[in-house]
Amino acid sequence: MTYLTKLSAAALSELLVSKQVSAVEATSAHLDHITAVDTDLHAFLHVAGEAALATAAQIDARRAAGEVLNPLAGVPIAIKDVLATQDMPTTAGSKILEGWVPPYDATVVARLRAAGLVPLGKTNMDEFAMGSSTEHSAYGITRNPWDRDRIPGGSGGGSAAAVASFQAPLALGSDTGGSIRQPAAVTGSVGVKPTYGGVSRYGAIALASSLDQVGPVSRTVYDAALLHDVIGGHDPLDSTSLTDSWPSMAAAARDGLKDGALTGVRIGVIKELSGDGFQAGVTQRFNETLALLVAAGAEIIEVSAPNFEYAVAAYYLILPAEASSNLARFDSVRFGIRVNPESGSLTSEHVMSATREAGFGPEVKRRIILGTYALSAGYYDAYYGSAQKVRTLIQRDFAAAFGQVDVLMSPSAPTTAFKFGEKLADPMAMYINDVTTIPANLAGVPGMSIPIGLAPEDGLPVGLQIMAPAKADARLYTVGAAIEQLLEASWGHTMLSQAPALTPTEMFASEEGAV
Amino acid sequence: MSEITAEQVAHLAYLARIDLSPLEITNLTHDLGQIVDSIAKVSEVATADTPATSHPMPLTNVYREDVVVPSLTVEQALSGAPDRAGDKFRVPAILDEE
Repeated sequence: MTYLTKLSAAALSELLVSKQVSAVEATSAHLDHITAVDTDLHAFLHVAGEAALATAAQIDARRAAGEVLNPLAGVPIAIKDVLATQDMPTTAGSKILEGWVPPYDATVVARLRAAGLVPLGKTNMDEFAMGSSTEHSAYGITRNPWDRDRIPGGSGGGSAAAVASFQAPLALGSDTGGSIRQPAAVTGSVGVKPTYGGVSRYGAIALASSLDQVGPVSRTVYDAALLHDVIGGHDPLDSTSLTDSWPSMAAAARDGLKDGALTGVRIGVIKELSGDGFQAGVTQRFNETLALLVAAGAEIIEVSAPNFEYAVAAYYLILPAEASSNLARFDSVRFGIRVNPESGSLTSEHVMSATREAGFGPEVKRRIILGTYALSAGYYDAYYGSAQKVRTLIQRDFAAAFGQVDVLMSPSAPTTAFKFGEKLADPMAMYINDVTTIPANLAGVPGMSIPIGLAPEDGLPVGLQIMAPAKADARLYTVGAAIEQLLEASWGHTMLSQAPALTPTEMFASEEGAV
Repeated sequence: MSEITAEQVAHLAYLARIDLSPLEITNLTHDLGQIVDSIAKVSEVATADTPATSHPMPLTNVYREDVVVPSLTVEQALSGAPDRAGDKFRVPAILDEE
């Protein structure tokens, strides 16, 4: 049944709908593969094997009874640990929430369950989604399936590694400054940050509320579209949720497979997101992809976004400011751990301070202190106030660019996957890594990353970022599916079929079920 | 280098309610100085006539109907609490005895 893990969600769905394969078989195949490879990769923080098999059995029974289910019913999915799940621990990668089982499901999780998808477990992430490498998880690193000594991206390294290593065909991620798109780029998978407000954040543990967005992680553009259709749309429980009605993203992706889908499409290449600081192989694959698009009838137009230069700076003021406020909820009273101070009186204030010292990791402390500083009297106007003005300027840059073009493109990340430890000692080096993805979050526009080849110098995946105007998410799926089809035709295979085979880890008798 | 001092970091940590060790304060003083130097450039382009954007997709007055809807039970609400007394959260003393 190993072959079942290699299938796309769409292909698996066809076998499930036609009853050639049962949901229990599909789920078992993925759980077996997790057991075989994840001791080493560590994409999952929690695997809910029994619950997954029980859910799958229910789907099989309903299908056998003739019920018409969502096409994705019975398809396994991994869930980023930032999303509340009422039957699985939810830690956001932090010690402060160790063992917490929320009393409710995030809306996106409730929608998955309603559609009959089978949650396999929770995936690793940088603590509270603060990071670009998953090295800031309190529960250890996740390895990149392409190279075990390299980062899987972050903060959603677990979700990206899980789909790239065939442990799940689909996963959920969250993207505050690139946490879906950058991990997709460095693992050769697909990730989409929807329009701000397009997907509910109810039950997503908040990092920076004006930037956070939940979105799909997958191996194909079409799979991401199918998942987007399940999780998207208005949610009255999220006051920032848009009330717009949305077109089918899956239909948009199918449109991209038609002849001439790229004819006359105006593609803007952002001058400021190229050149210095971009790895040679990244630039090479990006330019080759543009050439392929021109040959397919698209028009390439260079556009300038002069204020993108200030995006990283504005982001690292706005995000810490909002995070310092959001993370004030971890007060050792309502949820999470409580740690008493070693000395001094046991007042609520002292217990809260001792708990946060013990429960938060270094990056979380760094950003809370930075955010507290940015919001302090005397600095507020110069820092936070100015950052909000930069946000206006970046929105204007996008508006001007989308006046000329249909979609914007850049490399998804300046480099391929870097090695563990390479950027840990220098916070700014880690922060600047998000230069390509941050502008979309600041402006609220949707963005997608798809694989476009391997960098010749290191053989590691390169991602293409596609951005569309706010609410034009469907355009990403049409263009993304068209490019994916072109590239796969030119290669003669999919990107992830080239990933090195993973060696199953020895099972130890102490492990569950291994007797 | 911006003038972030260890005393300032200690004060910020107090405001943020995080006990920090002397080593953490030293490291954060260095990091914060470096980060603030890099991000201070936002003021270069933020002119007085540029309006601020706080939210990418502005919505105002998002209301719902004023009707009772299902919510967490007391048991659910208390399920994650580190300490409880009956159907209430138990907290350490609010006021110091000193």
